[in-house]
Amino acid sequence: MADQIDGAMATLTVEGLEKLLQAIQARGYRAVGPTLENQAIVYDDVESINDLPRGWTDEQDGGRYRLLRRGDDALFGYSVGPQSWKKYLHAPKLRLWTAERHGDDISVAPEPPTGDRLAFIGVRACEMRAIEIQDRVLLGDLYADPHYQALRARALIVAVNCGQAGGVCFCASMQAGPRVTEGFDLALTELLDGGEHVFLVEAGSDEGRALLALTPHRAASDDEIRAAAAVIERTASSMGREMRSDDLNELLTNNLEHPRWDEVATRCLTCANCTLVCPTCFCTSVEDVSDLAGERAERWRRWDSCFTMDFSYIHGGSVRASAKSRYRQWMTHKLATWIDQFGSSGCVGCGRCITWCPVGIDITEEVRAIRGCDASAEEPR
Amino acid sequence: MERARPKLAVWKFASCDGCQLSLLDCEDELLEIAGKIEIAQFLEATRASVEGPYDLSLVEGSVTTAHDAERIREVRRQSRFLVTIGACATSGGIQALRNFADVREYAAIVYARPDYIQTLATSTAIADHVKVDFELRGCPISTRQLVEVISAFLAGRKPQTPSHSVCVECKIAGNLCVMVGHGTPCLGPVTHAGCGAICPSYNRGCYGCYGPMETPNTPALSVPLGSLGMDNDALKRVYRTFNANADAFRKESERHDQ
Repeated sequence: MADQIDGAMATLTVEGLEKLLQAIQARGYRAVGPTLENQAIVYDDVESINDLPRGWTDEQDGGRYRLLRRGDDALFGYSVGPQSWKKYLHAPKLRLWTAERHGDDISVAPEPPTGDRLAFIGVRACEMRAIEIQDRVLLGDLYADPHYQALRARALIVAVNCGQAGGVCFCASMQAGPRVTEGFDLALTELLDGGEHVFLVEAGSDEGRALLALTPHRAASDDEIRAAAAVIERTASSMGREMRSDDLNELLTNNLEHPRWDEVATRCLTCANCTLVCPTCFCTSVEDVSDLAGERAERWRRWDSCFTMDFSYIHGGSVRASAKSRYRQWMTHKLATWIDQFGSSGCVGCGRCITWCPVGIDITEEVRAIRGCDASAEEPR
Repeated sequence: MERARPKLAVWKFASCDGCQLSLLDCEDELLEIAGKIEIAQFLEATRASVEGPYDLSLVEGSVTTAHDAERIREVRRQSRFLVTIGACATSGGIQALRNFADVREYAAIVYARPDYIQTLATSTAIADHVKVDFELRGCPISTRQLVEVISAFLAGRKPQTPSHSVCVECKIAGNLCVMVGHGTPCLGPVTHAGCGAICPSYNRGCYGCYGPMETPNTPALSVPLGSLGMDNDALKRVYRTFNANADAFRKESERHDQ
């Protein structure tokens, strides 16, 4: 790991981080990042680093999330919370157009993309990878989503290398973390153990370098660079979950009739929480509404999920009526057919689908169960 | 040329009238509705009564008497499009608790002369008696959804009233999951959306006012509810509220009824 961190590293004090935030805001960005709200760490506007969850951490397991006090003043001493950045980039609800009737004429006004310049403070490696995956889905084909595109093109990314792994984290298994390797403007590593609370900073873009130049900093010492590498190494080796990922496409597509799908269907609520908290799930539904007078209509896009019946509804009924078929669709798409479709896995190992499943269904455990008795492997071929 | 306004009738069966009042609660939209629709029959609002047939009937309440079982057939005959509104009409309502007991015992406790009371042994949904064109869930129904159903009827389109879980509404609203985050028991994962996730928005678990969602897995939800401290009796009771007679809720409550 240490060899990946080059000499162009800077060190910021806690006050320096505040100055960096001010510099970001002064350049016209709206800074959003982790904040403490209603006993969880959620993304919201941050005016100052005092809005960050200083001294808090979390405890996560299947169907369980709790905040705990830390013994120090870490600003990023927790793993990912219930929300992801798709809340901003791929909004839960969005009006696409408005139509109005004027006598015999109808005018249609498309919703213009927002001009917001967002600065995401504290993007973890898994989330950076998730944003790249959504880039591929929402921008990478013939049709680019103009709303996503406008926000994404202007967004500033201040990433954070994770200083600890959470109970459901498995980014190391998915080669998606815990170190942020690309896509960021600035990447921080929080150092708490060296007597002084500082942040090692790496600039990954011209915008990042420009912001760093506006912020009081010093050149990082070799000790600090080594300490940062050790922090990331420690995180990588203490993942709460793991999942072998090199053969998932074959494993799952060869086991579409595995008895485990029936078993997981007895536990699955088909409530859709896993998909809505997933930072890469992108599916939406489009709904038209009209007013009583019939003078005005609107088309809205909102998050949908492959766990709802309407999602696969075609004339005559839903294609995936059973819980088994819906869970299988979600997991095989996420881990296997996503690779055929978009060239990478759809999973980044953030563990949100495990924590926020009310019954704690664990995707890593489901894969293990299928691998444990691989039906296709047992049959002579 | 002005088209004839469609005729609307509002009918009451065994109910508290709260869902009919949702129509009056529309306030801002009410005058617009009255402008687009001839309110031909709505005793909660006016004694004036126009004869059928009706283009749109909104039916509130459940069937609890032999008289009502007959009356709903006449309403159906008079109605081109029949929409049931609220938990009573769509599942039998809170009064369906009688379905789990002996209604004669209830009557003996409540009334001085129980022999005056002529009632059925069960409270049942309107759809158990006649064909229903659309069911609008809730106890009470949401005025927003009621306006949507009427707007859709007038425009000849499908109303947007998704039947997925309340969880989807919570996530779209940005609510923290109270079950995972706070350890608060919640029926959201098995409950039909529509209220806008009111209770979880105020850190309360969902009470299931909108009845079962499209594919409710109530036995699976009882596992974490049990871990969060609900015993067998609590699990029986949590499903025996406004939608006690809805299939998935009734079966799960009976599973915990020793």
